[in-house]
Amino acid sequence: MISSKDTIAAISTAQGTGGIGIIRISGKNAVGTADGIFHGKTSVKDMDSHTIQYGKIKDTKTGEIIDEVMLTKMSAPATYTREDVIEINCHGNILIQRRILSLIYENGARPAEPGEFTKRAFLNGRIDLTQAEAVMDLINSKTEKSREAAVLQLSGKISGYINNIIEKLLNIMARIEVTVDYPEHDDEADTAVIAETELKEIYSDLSSAIESYDTGRLLKTGIQTTIVGKPNSGKSTLLNELAGYDRAIVTDIPGTTRDIVEENINIDGILLNLKDTAGIRRSEDVVEQIGIKLAMENIKTSDLVIYVISLSEEDPVDIHILEEIKDKKAIIFLNKEDLAKDGEADNIKEILKGYSLGENIKIVVSSLKREKGAEEIKKAIKDMFFSGNLSQNDQLIITAERHVNLIKQSQNAISDGIDSLLGGMPLDMLSVDIRNAAEYLGEIVGMSISENLIDKIFSSFCIGK
Amino acid sequence: MGFIAGEYDICVVGAGHAGCEAALAAARLGMSTVVFAINLDSIANMPCNPNIGGTAKGQLVREIDALGGEMGKAADKNTIQSKILNASKGPAVYSLRAQIDRRRYQMTMKHTLEMQENLDVKQAEIVKLLYTENDGIKSIRGVVTHTGTEYRCKAVILTTGTYLKGKIIIGDTAFSSGPDGIFPADRLSDCLEKMGIKLLRLKTGTPARINSRSIDFSKMQIQYGDDNITPFSFENQSLETEQVVCWLTRTTEKTHNIIKENIHRSPLYGGLIEGIGPRYCPSIEDKIVRFADKESHQLFIEPMGRDTEEMYIQGFSTSLPEDVQADMIHSVPGLENARVMRSAYAIEYDAIDSTQLKLSLEFKNIDNLFSAGQINGSSGYEEAAGQGIIAGINAALKLMGKEPLIIDRSQGYIGVLIDDLVTKGTKEPYRMMTSRAEYRLLLRQDNADMRLTEIGHSVGLISEERYKKFLIKKQQIEDEIDRVCKKNISPDEKTMNLLEKYKSTPIKSGVKLSELIKRPELSYEILEEIDPERPQLSSAVKEQVNICVKYEGYIKRQEAQVEQFKKLEKRALSKNIDYSEIKGLCLEARQKLNAMKPESLGQASRISGVSPADISVLLIYLNGKGREQNGF
Ligand SMILES: Nc1nc2c(ncn2[C@@H]2O[C@H](COP(=O)(O)OP(=O)(O)OP(=O)(O)O)[C@@H](O)[C@H]2O)c(=O)[nH]1
Ligand SMILES: [Mg+2]
Repeated sequence: MISSKDTIAAISTAQGTGGIGIIRISGKNAVGTADGIFHGKTSVKDMDSHTIQYGKIKDTKTGEIIDEVMLTKMSAPATYTREDVIEINCHGNILIQRRILSLIYENGARPAEPGEFTKRAFLNGRIDLTQAEAVMDLINSKTEKSREAAVLQLSGKISGYINNIIEKLLNIMARIEVTVDYPEHDDEADTAVIAETELKEIYSDLSSAIESYDTGRLLKTGIQTTIVGKPNSGKSTLLNELAGYDRAIVTDIPGTTRDIVEENINIDGILLNLKDTAGIRRSEDVVEQIGIKLAMENIKTSDLVIYVISLSEEDPVDIHILEEIKDKKAIIFLNKEDLAKDGEADNIKEILKGYSLGENIKIVVSSLKREKGAEEIKKAIKDMFFSGNLSQNDQLIITAERHVNLIKQSQNAISDGIDSLLGGMPLDMLSVDIRNAAEYLGEIVGMSISENLIDKIFSSFCIGK
Repeated sequence: MGFIAGEYDICVVGAGHAGCEAALAAARLGMSTVVFAINLDSIANMPCNPNIGGTAKGQLVREIDALGGEMGKAADKNTIQSKILNASKGPAVYSLRAQIDRRRYQMTMKHTLEMQENLDVKQAEIVKLLYTENDGIKSIRGVVTHTGTEYRCKAVILTTGTYLKGKIIIGDTAFSSGPDGIFPADRLSDCLEKMGIKLLRLKTGTPARINSRSIDFSKMQIQYGDDNITPFSFENQSLETEQVVCWLTRTTEKTHNIIKENIHRSPLYGGLIEGIGPRYCPSIEDKIVRFADKESHQLFIEPMGRDTEEMYIQGFSTSLPEDVQADMIHSVPGLENARVMRSAYAIEYDAIDSTQLKLSLEFKNIDNLFSAGQINGSSGYEEAAGQGIIAGINAALKLMGKEPLIIDRSQGYIGVLIDDLVTKGTKEPYRMMTSRAEYRLLLRQDNADMRLTEIGHSVGLISEERYKKFLIKKQQIEDEIDRVCKKNISPDEKTMNLLEKYKSTPIKSGVKLSELIKRPELSYEILEEIDPERPQLSSAVKEQVNICVKYEGYIKRQEAQVEQFKKLEKRALSKNIDYSEIKGLCLEARQKLNAMKPESLGQASRISGVSPADISVLLIYLNGKGREQNGF
């Protein structure tokens, strides 16, 4: 059994990033373990809590100096895990970090399980469940925006939101309960009406939370984006422009890109998993055909399609591609404006209008040659996915699958309740659904609801014997 | 040493609603039992409202009856008006409530005690408990009366109601007294404290009684009972009696002004009352202070019996001085000239901290000492009786060396009541409410027999004859539900006419009869016309079939909730766990768990101060223990 009495250690910076690495030790014997390998002016034992000291890590058996480090000592309970914690800042080189870690293991610590520091923080009452999950997200977050979402969750934003809805549910329930327990009580006439409107409101509120999960997921894993278009329209040029370096080969020969070229791109903290594809045309070339087929398939699984059209061409719009992207989020990128006839862009826009494209499709006019279009498309993407207001900290974003599943279950329970209310079921039956709905939400933040309910009844209503 | 007057298995201290049920249950289970009352004319008294049942309380009475208790039968015999409350709502909250002839109810119950085999009824105040102490464990030996007489016994059940150090307060006067002018029991509390029992001070109150001849009923609204009386007891198929009427009136602006002007004379605000009163049955002055924007409150005028003119003013409980009371009463429409017979009063009394009890209602630290009723911090006759029967049964089972009977929260309101008292404790008199029962859709008054007769029978309080009848009823219900779920109804003319008559959507093809029963505008009864093969069934069976089919969806949802609940309930926690050693529990949880020693993880989860995070820690701990024991 994994005992929480053990002292644990792990590298706590993501591997292969940055110039320094941090190794963290936590547990009863953290100080003793550190003293076994660290050599500074004073021993770790004698250091004050929450101070930092320069020193060397030595392999005691061979006497070899492994690294020069900064060591931070934090004594329980004012630490992340509420146990004694030692942090060693060493060089970023993964080999050095591993050497240090194995010395630590030899001196009485054991390897931490994934997430075990956070688990200890949770078990020791330092953080609640949603916060623990947020820490996991934080550790795994790839860009600034996903980190922000995790930080919001860590600060209790989700708990606040969920608690607020639970509160509303309890209020409705309290109203119903009063009519049941005090039938002689006379202001109960419109409880059913109130219950219905409020449940519907909560239902749609939860819908937006569920929708935000898509945003949350996109933040965590990135927006799957595919660039498609006819050969030579400037797809690879766009990829290179967004990537900031020459990732794909660009030539003026149609059919240059034959296989999919992938690149992860960070637009102001939003992660795009960008795929450049083979230009789509009728082709006899088998390799190119496979590439085209792949491009079409990729459209289906994408969160976003960028359809590049060259304004310099005669009859540049491909109906088959339009057909594929019609119901998706897409940006139609009208490129090579510099080569186009006057009014051609408006001309094409007019033509596109005829295809009754969905609301989720935007048009950007560009000339990558003249450095026009890159900024516009970035802005368009941000608007499309985050309505531009992500930086305002008030937007709730659900990122954990567990949360969204519980919210969906809660929403189902509410919809059961609304259904039976409309179907003529007695009002008091609804308590079963509302309790279920609140119970599911309560699971997210880890609270029980029955006591709160009783208090609510007493504090909000006048009831007499 | 005093005179030893007798030896019994079980002594019951107090013959109120809890004491009567406890004594009868113990005696019926073959224990030689004695029940003491300070005044035998106060047995099963109703010093407050003259009714039994009501929301959640009606359910309790039926549960007591299903277990083999007496309250329902005694109430049926003395009902003078009966009503199903919440009849327009769902079946889970239908609640039976009856006006009772208070004096005749007392006589019925007293006579039942007198006639009971194995049971002695004695007038005496118990002032001391006798016990031995070995290795810090106390065991009950007997009781001592106010005259110094001793009775030896193996177990004691405390059912002292509001008598312990009872103090009545009316305005600025206070005097020591039990309810309704009966002597208080002033000495037993000290003995209990000496035994290490923690006491608290609670308060409750009752409104004035007035002479009906001085009331102008023309200014009030008349309130009739139901045409068909539903009896409390499952042994009674029907009940015929001439019903009395009640009356409805309201407080006025003048009433509220009188109270506001005199509020400083209330003992509550003057500090004379230290006991904590119940939130749900606040005195009228409480209501007016706390809900200042409400212009008027309902008042019900209810007769106390057939042979008396005394009327009870429900909703008008107060502890203001008598002169203010008179002014208040006279400000109410119809009561302008009302003559008061008994003044309203508040009563303060000693109760025990109920977290000292096990779920069996035995004290955790004192062997064979049980307690039930208002002494445990509850309020209400029905709550008292519900605990009484359980304490009586468990005292008897304990002496027989058997496991205690514990009704859990999914089996009955009795279970909810006891679990709440024992697990959470209470700082104010605890009243049962349907909202306290998380599985109330399953805990209906109509199916109390389905839930508990089996248990009552296996304990030994339900006769073979009654049990056989119960089994037949159960079978009939199952068979009939089965039949309506299979029976096809085709869209013929007769069916279409019936559907049209009830504004129900026409059917296009054949449907099952059960599907039609589920429609809100239809019912099992209504559909009889198009269901010619229907067998002859009692109305109780028909009701069950209708409810079980109609609300099947909800019943299933609730059953799923119960299944979740049972998972934690099944995880037993040993008395020997030292919670201060479990890492990860918050400090408060450690202290509470060590003090309470809950019997299961489920019970632990309901202790206030124990958070769900603490429960996950306990789960991790229990799982770890399991592995250790299996050699991992
Ligand atoms: N004048 C002009 N030329 C451009 C513009 N954008 C891209 N080009 C040129 O167009 C040619 C084709 O560009 P690519 O990016 O290779 O086109 P592609 O769509 O990837 O083509 P395939 O991979 O063959 O399908 C290159 O010579 C680019 O330099 C633009 O806005 N104006
Ligand atoms: Mg290309």
